[in-house]
Amino acid sequence: MTPDIYQRVSQDRRFRELVATRSRFAWILSAVMLVIYFGFIFIIAFAPKSLGVPLAGGVTTVGIPLGLFVIISAFVLTGIYVRRANSEFDALTRQIIEEAK
Amino acid sequence: MRTLATILILAGLLAVSAMLAPADAAGAIEGGGRQALNYPAIVMFFIFVAATLGITYWAARRTRSAADFYAAGGGITGFQNGLAIAGDYMSAASFLGISGLVFASGFDGLIYSVGWLVGWPIILFLIAERLRNLGKFTFADVASFRLEQTPIRSLSAIGTLTVVAFYLIAQMVGAGKLIELLFGLPYLYAVIMVGALMIIYVAFGGMVATTWVQIIKACLLLGGASFMALMVLTRYGFSPEALFKAAVDIHPKGISIMAPGNLVTDPISAVSLGLALMFGTAGLPHILMRFFTVADAKAARKSVFYATGFIGYFYILTFIIGFGAITLLMNDPEYFKVAANGTYNKITDLLGGTNMAAIHLSKAVGGSLFLGFISAVAFATILAVVAGLTLAGASAVSHDLYASVIAKGRVSEDREVRLSKMSAIVIGLVAIVLGYIFENQNVAFMVGLAFAVAASCNFPVLLMSVFWKGTTTRGVVIGGYLGLVSAVAMVVLSPAVWVKTFGFKTAIFPYDNPALFSMTIAFVGIWLFSRLDASERARKEQAAFEPQYVRSETGIGATGALAH
Repeated sequence: MTPDIYQRVSQDRRFRELVATRSRFAWILSAVMLVIYFGFIFIIAFAPKSLGVPLAGGVTTVGIPLGLFVIISAFVLTGIYVRRANSEFDALTRQIIEEAK
Repeated sequence: MRTLATILILAGLLAVSAMLAPADAAGAIEGGGRQALNYPAIVMFFIFVAATLGITYWAARRTRSAADFYAAGGGITGFQNGLAIAGDYMSAASFLGISGLVFASGFDGLIYSVGWLVGWPIILFLIAERLRNLGKFTFADVASFRLEQTPIRSLSAIGTLTVVAFYLIAQMVGAGKLIELLFGLPYLYAVIMVGALMIIYVAFGGMVATTWVQIIKACLLLGGASFMALMVLTRYGFSPEALFKAAVDIHPKGISIMAPGNLVTDPISAVSLGLALMFGTAGLPHILMRFFTVADAKAARKSVFYATGFIGYFYILTFIIGFGAITLLMNDPEYFKVAANGTYNKITDLLGGTNMAAIHLSKAVGGSLFLGFISAVAFATILAVVAGLTLAGASAVSHDLYASVIAKGRVSEDREVRLSKMSAIVIGLVAIVLGYIFENQNVAFMVGLAFAVAASCNFPVLLMSVFWKGTTTRGVVIGGYLGLVSAVAMVVLSPAVWVKTFGFKTAIFPYDNPALFSMTIAFVGIWLFSRLDASERARKEQAAFEPQYVRSETGIGATGALAH
């Protein structure tokens, strides 16, 4: 493992593209998660009553499916990232490393 | 070493049985709520201990190198690691605490579970694979990758040990109380037993044993909780609406349990709590360590995916369990401290406190045998979590403080591992003593403190050193210590500690959770003092960012990732 490989990879246009694409993807997903979560927290802080509105005349309130939605969205977002990172991004990474060797 | 391991593991088994014997006589004593000796629970717990000691013996024979000891040789799969991470996270505090919170106030329990879960996607998107690509055994490896070893590793080790100490005290005290209640064992015996077993797991089995203990416990806990939730749901024809309806009718707070209550009162507290829960997770040393036990970035990502799924599923279960406890326990005086006139408070008079809601529910849905199973699982949960914490603490002492700071890297692998084992023993003994000292103290704030420090010291240090080219040693050291000190100071001056624990009239710092302020201090501190750092060293560190960046993004040169 020579330091040269870092330099070669660093100057590879595809490496720049890969990292830019992956970072953008990761930051967008992070932003989605933060918006969902802090949206939930802000509703609790500013309008707690709105979560207590019953659904369809029963006792189940809006807050219950919303809380469930936050939990499920966390799982789905990780799934989306892992799916793309472990296939598309990893294949590109392997290619760049192989050619830089 | 092998014979020594055998002898000590046998001694561990003997010690456990010896401690259970005298407790038999003391078991009937009434008082702090200690119960009569619970035989099914003890038998099942015994089976768990015997199985985990067997694993420790097997692990001890396979643990040869430092990589085996700290990182299980990188041989854990993504799925297994996902289970182990979920296990580290599903502590007794979250199992009993959240279901108890749901039992007492309904919806509010969901706020906590959601906050604890949403840190995981962020860990995946920003930290997991970079951590795996840059690090070897501890997160200090990553933070000090291109920065000066001595100051950065000292800071990381202090951050780690602070988090471990607070978390461990909270767990030990909780464990002692819980075991006293569940098994009828005296508090001190319980604390000694937990301490002794965690020392054995860590000192002999290292990361291999710690991981497998965690995996087994995660499966038992997920299985037990699933069964409870299933039994609750079958009573209501699998209709959540019917369950909620029954709960609202029985609960003294009525319909208000279906909406946010008093947990979060003002926006600043809400955001501060949210930040601590979310980013504290990303700074917990025993969790970060788990990313070094898998082979590569791909497996690191998969572990977070599985962990998020297991943890999310588990929190949904605890919510159902909490509501099931409302409907099945509140009208049954058997589970309450009933006053002479036959009345009881449906929340506060629950035997052993609201945190015991899930335990009592296990009896209501599955009889005393299932109660025994869930009690044993709760005990196992504590053991597995404290073992993980002890290993993280021991690694910080041996790998960061000793090998890098004191010996400046001139130390053999054998010696480092030996020192780590000794540290595990010392940490275990200290934990027993502290657990004993803090028996009658309110330690609830300590978990919050651990999260606040993790979010305000470990997390900013890690994030800034990996992501920002301009980060320098001076910036990280000043910003990191500022975050650490401000988090601790603000917690001490907060209502939870200054008023409730120390008994002063008014709190100096108005919020219970400092994360919003202490995280800002840490990030601004690191940024500002890196900017002001015009030294030659700073210039070199900034130039060294490029190779670190390439490695963190591709995994070139990562330990165990690529065979060349």
